Amino acid sequence: MTAGSIHAAAGPAGDFHAAALRRDHWRERLGLAGLAAPALLLVAVTMLLPVGWLFSLSFLDDGGALSLANYRRMLAEPSYTRTFVTTFEISLATTAICILLGYPLAYFLSQLPRRIANLCMIAVLLPFWTSLLVRTYAWLVLLQRSGLVNSWGMKLGLWSEPLQLVHNTGGTLVGMVHIMLPFLVLPLYGTMRAIDRNLLRAAASLGSTPAHGFRTVFFPLSLPGLTAGASLVFVLCLGFYVTPAMLGGGKVTMVSNRIANDIELFFNWGAASALGVVLLVITLVVLVLAARLSRGADLFGTGH
Amino acid sequence: MNLAADHQRPAASTAAAAGTEKALPIAIRQLSKAYGALPVLDGIDLDVRPGEFLTLLGPSGSGKTTLLMAIAGFLRPDRGSIRFGDSEVVRLAPHKREIGMVFQNYALFPHMDVASNVGFPLRLRRVPAGEIARRVEAALEMFQLGGFGRRRIDQLSGGQRQRVALARAIVFEPRIILMDEPLSALDKQLRERMQIELRQLHERLGTTTVYVTHDQREALTMSDRIAVLDRGRIARIDTPRAIYDEPGSRFVAEFIGESSFLDVEVADGICRAAGATVISPRLPPPHGRRCTLVLRPERLRLLATGEGAGMNCFEGRVTGVIYQGDTLLLQAVLDDGSPVTVRQTTRSGDAGAIRPGEPVRIGIAIADTVLLADEPGQVQ
Repeated sequence: MTAGSIHAAAGPAGDFHAAALRRDHWRERLGLAGLAAPALLLVAVTMLLPVGWLFSLSFLDDGGALSLANYRRMLAEPSYTRTFVTTFEISLATTAICILLGYPLAYFLSQLPRRIANLCMIAVLLPFWTSLLVRTYAWLVLLQRSGLVNSWGMKLGLWSEPLQLVHNTGGTLVGMVHIMLPFLVLPLYGTMRAIDRNLLRAAASLGSTPAHGFRTVFFPLSLPGLTAGASLVFVLCLGFYVTPAMLGGGKVTMVSNRIANDIELFFNWGAASALGVVLLVITLVVLVLAARLSRGADLFGTGH
Repeated sequence: MNLAADHQRPAASTAAAAGTEKALPIAIRQLSKAYGALPVLDGIDLDVRPGEFLTLLGPSGSGKTTLLMAIAGFLRPDRGSIRFGDSEVVRLAPHKREIGMVFQNYALFPHMDVASNVGFPLRLRRVPAGEIARRVEAALEMFQLGGFGRRRIDQLSGGQRQRVALARAIVFEPRIILMDEPLSALDKQLRERMQIELRQLHERLGTTTVYVTHDQREALTMSDRIAVLDRGRIARIDTPRAIYDEPGSRFVAEFIGESSFLDVEVADGICRAAGATVISPRLPPPHGRRCTLVLRPERLRLLATGEGAGMNCFEGRVTGVIYQGDTLLLQAVLDDGSPVTVRQTTRSGDAGAIRPGEPVRIGIAIADTVLLADEPGQVQ
């Protein structure tokens, strides 16, 4: 009788709610997936569709027939090769200069008390709040023949003729480094902040000079942040348009400028698409290599 | 001060004696450090004997870690002197001090394997590779980590990490070892085992050791002497037993061990507390002076009728009984309203003997009766 009443109490949930609990579990999962749906849809519409369209366009010739003409032309014409070489040179140089400027800056910030460092970080991030275009024009104002730098330099008697500071590779690099620096400093700073100061103390107590401790402990531990920041900067540089277009003065042709030319001047969507696809592939390869290098370290995050 | 206390660690003193040619004394004089107007070290004078295991004990903010960091060289004091043996080190950079240091969070290099961590100080000293391998393995063996050399740090448990940190700190045979709450991140059982291990290690090496903790039981378990710090000063320094039995001040009594405190009135050489006369074997306090009576729970006894010869006795009422397995905690209120706690070891058959609300008589042996003069920081 007692056994019977227990079963009666269990009633329809004789399996101790296992089925209902499983249902609840799936309902919760579905709910979460539902929350992600708008974002997934947005990515599909704004990214997968255009990229797919680009991809298909690149395999069509002028007549609309399937062909590899666009890719063959890229291999045949030396000017395309030159464009890619320029793109890589500028991107590498920008990344290198960003590392030279950004590493000491991030190190300095990471050693400050957190509150002061946060204030300084605002200064690093401040450029983000201004339009890219405005910042690039500002460099033009500073560097052009009658610009501030030239007029002050001549007033101070440092040089007599206006220097060619812009509309060349140098001017492009100045502008690009300025735009890119925060992208290097942010992940690097996060990584450095997360390095336990006691590690350097431990190294010192074991006999390390400060320089040796930096080389054997701090620098290796900051590498994931450096790789993340550097690959971010490099990849952004590869596809950069505005700054090289404005500060390069037509002498610095990067892939994006070439794409713009192909479309605006020659209405050659196939050629532009092929350039886009090759750039995309190269970018992906760089990202994969960087991820390998930093052994799966979080590429965009400061999270550790 | 107490003969029994001085002889409680014969093994330690012989090991220390054997190691004295290596062990260095530390002499600290007038060491001061202030942050703004707030002094964190307030003219510390401290002598650590060669081969001694000295613990700096205190609540957070008492300056114990600051003092350790100053000895290690990571913190620049405002003034004062620190001597290792005959040499003044107060201005010496940390990497020149030849100190083995163990940190609270281990501070192992995460990008190196176990052997590289332990070999780090040896590589710095340009020890030949073969000898490094041998000494690293020997140090790992010493901590039951033989064969762990190729493991990554994140593959180790907390206890293993702590052992690697210890191996790294002693492998280059430093003349002084500093430890900053090295066991606080471990769980209780492991911590207690490591306390014994650290103690044995010290007995084997005989290296002068300064150990920081806020855990009074850890300090009592491990130390040759304990320095109790309070607001940047040393409130008391002595052997564990001497400090426990004769805390000397209310701060030390509160910090080391559990205690109940009773206000004592002194009139004509007679002390009274909670309505009872109190006899203490020590100082007969001057007339009119206020005192505090320290009652350690494990020294108190519940008295049956007729018991109480040679004891100070108090009347009260039971307010709570807490069973803790090995011990039984009895909470009681004395006639004047002061709460006291009595700790008894449990035996089978004593269950349910005492219930809340019942009147009790609580006694403490006259020999265990400790009176503190009510003056902050005064040492008996």
